[in-house]
Amino acid sequence: MPASGRGDVALSMRAVRKSFGPVVALDDVTIEVRAGEVHALVGENGAGKSTLVKILAGVHTPDSGELALAGHPFRPRGPLDALERGVAMIYQELNLAPHLSIEENVLLGREPARCGWLDKRERRARVTRALAVLEHADLDPGERVASLSPGARQLVEIARALVGEPAVLVLDEPTSSLAGDDVERLFRVIGALRERGVAIVYISHFLDELTRIADRYTVLRDGRSVASGAMAGTTVATIVAAMAGRALAEHYPRVPHVPGEVVLELQGLSGRALPYDVDLVLRRGELFGIAGLVGAGRTELLRALFGLDPIRSGRVLLAGVTAEPGSPAARLRQGIGLLSEDRKGEGLAVARSVGFNLTLSRLEPFGRVFSDRRARDECTQGFVDRLGIRCRDPRQRIAELSGGNQQKVALARLLHHDVDVLLLDEPTRGIDVASKVEIYRTLGELAARGKAAILVSSYLPELIGICDTIAVARRGRLGAARPARDWTETALLAEATGAEVVA
Amino acid sequence: MKERLRKLLPILGPFLGLAFVLALFTAIGPEGFLSSYNFRTVATQTVIVGLGALGMTYVIISGGIDLSVGSVIALASVITALVLDAGHDALTACVAGVGTGLACGLVNGLLITQLGIVPFIVTLGMLGIARGLAKYLADEQKVDAPTSWITDLMTKAPEPAWLFFAPGVWLLFALAAVLALVLRSTVFGTHTFAVGSNEATAELCGVRVTRVKVAIYALCGACAGLAGVMQFGRLTVGDPTTAMGKELDIIAAVVIGGGSLAGGEGRILGSLVGAFLMSYLANGCNLIGAPTFIQEILIGCIIIAAVALDRLRHAAR
Repeated sequence: MPASGRGDVALSMRAVRKSFGPVVALDDVTIEVRAGEVHALVGENGAGKSTLVKILAGVHTPDSGELALAGHPFRPRGPLDALERGVAMIYQELNLAPHLSIEENVLLGREPARCGWLDKRERRARVTRALAVLEHADLDPGERVASLSPGARQLVEIARALVGEPAVLVLDEPTSSLAGDDVERLFRVIGALRERGVAIVYISHFLDELTRIADRYTVLRDGRSVASGAMAGTTVATIVAAMAGRALAEHYPRVPHVPGEVVLELQGLSGRALPYDVDLVLRRGELFGIAGLVGAGRTELLRALFGLDPIRSGRVLLAGVTAEPGSPAARLRQGIGLLSEDRKGEGLAVARSVGFNLTLSRLEPFGRVFSDRRARDECTQGFVDRLGIRCRDPRQRIAELSGGNQQKVALARLLHHDVDVLLLDEPTRGIDVASKVEIYRTLGELAARGKAAILVSSYLPELIGICDTIAVARRGRLGAARPARDWTETALLAEATGAEVVA
Repeated sequence: MKERLRKLLPILGPFLGLAFVLALFTAIGPEGFLSSYNFRTVATQTVIVGLGALGMTYVIISGGIDLSVGSVIALASVITALVLDAGHDALTACVAGVGTGLACGLVNGLLITQLGIVPFIVTLGMLGIARGLAKYLADEQKVDAPTSWITDLMTKAPEPAWLFFAPGVWLLFALAAVLALVLRSTVFGTHTFAVGSNEATAELCGVRVTRVKVAIYALCGACAGLAGVMQFGRLTVGDPTTAMGKELDIIAAVVIGGGSLAGGEGRILGSLVGAFLMSYLANGCNLIGAPTFIQEILIGCIIIAAVALDRLRHAAR
């Protein structure tokens, strides 16, 4: 248990600075986190949050400035050292070894052992205890992580952070891969840890989440801590203004557009297990939102529609004509494009350039046999300017871009392909506010030009903010579509969770 | 029940493959295929690939590859012969042979971790270096050595007779048991899996990835070195041109045994069964007088079938 009492400063960073070559990632950051508080750390992507987290984790060493744990200087030599001194991390990307079991993952690097031989009984006992604290005694510690749901995997990560009984717990975007009830469970765990006097640093792009759970906040902008204070009495607008350095006039920019004739219709579409018997009508110039929990069949619907998963029964009509089930290549020819929820795994070839990724699905304009790289670069530059993609030049590697800019490249590929129907799976997950707004604006412009999009998102304010029509997916089925203005977050949540039976 | 079966299948897979090969040749029916004498012969023939496969299992679980083992076997056999020829006793010669392999593995591991070169390239380089070194040291010919108990390790008629198998076979079994236990029950074993499953995570969790990798390649080298000593025992000379291409048989044994080249998966027992499967296949083809190309084609098919079955199993989830 942490030695310090509640309210004492558990972790402090003073005038911390860190640069990588000529790039200054952190420039004068000062933060104080007290024992028994949830401290929100907010900032756009590229503001320096991940660098800060890595300094705390002992991955990076600051160039200057002071870190202290409960008043003692803190200079971790590496991840294990930081962990042993009471600073535990839960990273944004799930960091588990899929082939190992729950217990092997939880105690990885800290296995109880005698002379190199594992003490399996002790390991089982410690992991069982940690899972019990998390109200998840039902998980089998011997189960392979590969067969767990994203929510359960998150629990394994939290268990890993908790077995060391940390004094400081850093959570980096912990909810970006979780659905509603898992988020609630996570919040309960965080609440319990706060009661036990753990100092919690909580990083999230979901500002409304932070207003619920955080006690205090610090805003990072361009590597500096620019604002901080108590959460009570602070509005989301104030924080957003501090993050962007300007008041964002409209969080959800609306480009006027009117839905026209039907471009895509689904009749009783069923996939392998999910989705089940889905009807849907999409019109030109319409942004159609799909809400629902993870596992409700939203991603599966898009995948089946795009030809990535088999269609078991039902019909797909394009502009009133039945379209045979087809491969992704056939769907692209028919003018349907998909933006994957798994940006790094599926969506983009991260080791290749912006231009390569942006033009990959349609290279014909640059020559049928030999590709004209200059023409490709010029075309890419056009989209870079149009979507405000921040990159050095069209040949910069995707891996070097921030998440928001990567996502803009993925979206630009659909624009370059000039598809009529965009299937967007969590297009704004884990990206910064400014990039989100750019994407919203782009979608509005597309709709105004008669394109249509189906937008799957777990972030309800965004669905309500930009969509024309919203339907809720639950257990593979899609509920009735209603105009976005008739929905509230509560109503969407109620339908998604089945809390309220609509007669 | 279905759940149990799904968990058992990857373990049973290699055994089913072995049973298939045995059934196939029993059906064709060459004289004495299932005799205990033939079993003994096959077991002895499996020692070299089997020992190599033990170390290779660790390497493949960690997500790496070692292409140099064939050359290292040859180098170790030459060194063993040279040390014996110089008048040292047999134990010293064995230690020198195993030590040669260990040193090669250590160099592999250090180059991979310190220079950040992918294992494929480093060990491809070592494949050439070790082979060339063996030829240089042996003056490009077979190295004769005085007789010693090393040759008894691979005899087909072991003394005393109740041993049944050659001592080398027992050594293979004992080492397999130890390495299987290490994989299951030690911190090193867990870390081997962790590095192959998700190296970044292992690093973040404080696993000393560099050390683990160097140790894995050193272990693989030492196993190849021991295989080299056994090869010397079988041939009774140090042959710098022996075990040409053996690395591919060894990798095949691990893959047939359930090892995944993407890392994170592999079993010592599976690799051992894989090695036996290949020996029986070669042996069966010999007995029915089939040309070696038939044998090569069959082994090729079995490797692809093993991996295809594995893919199907993963897809069925």
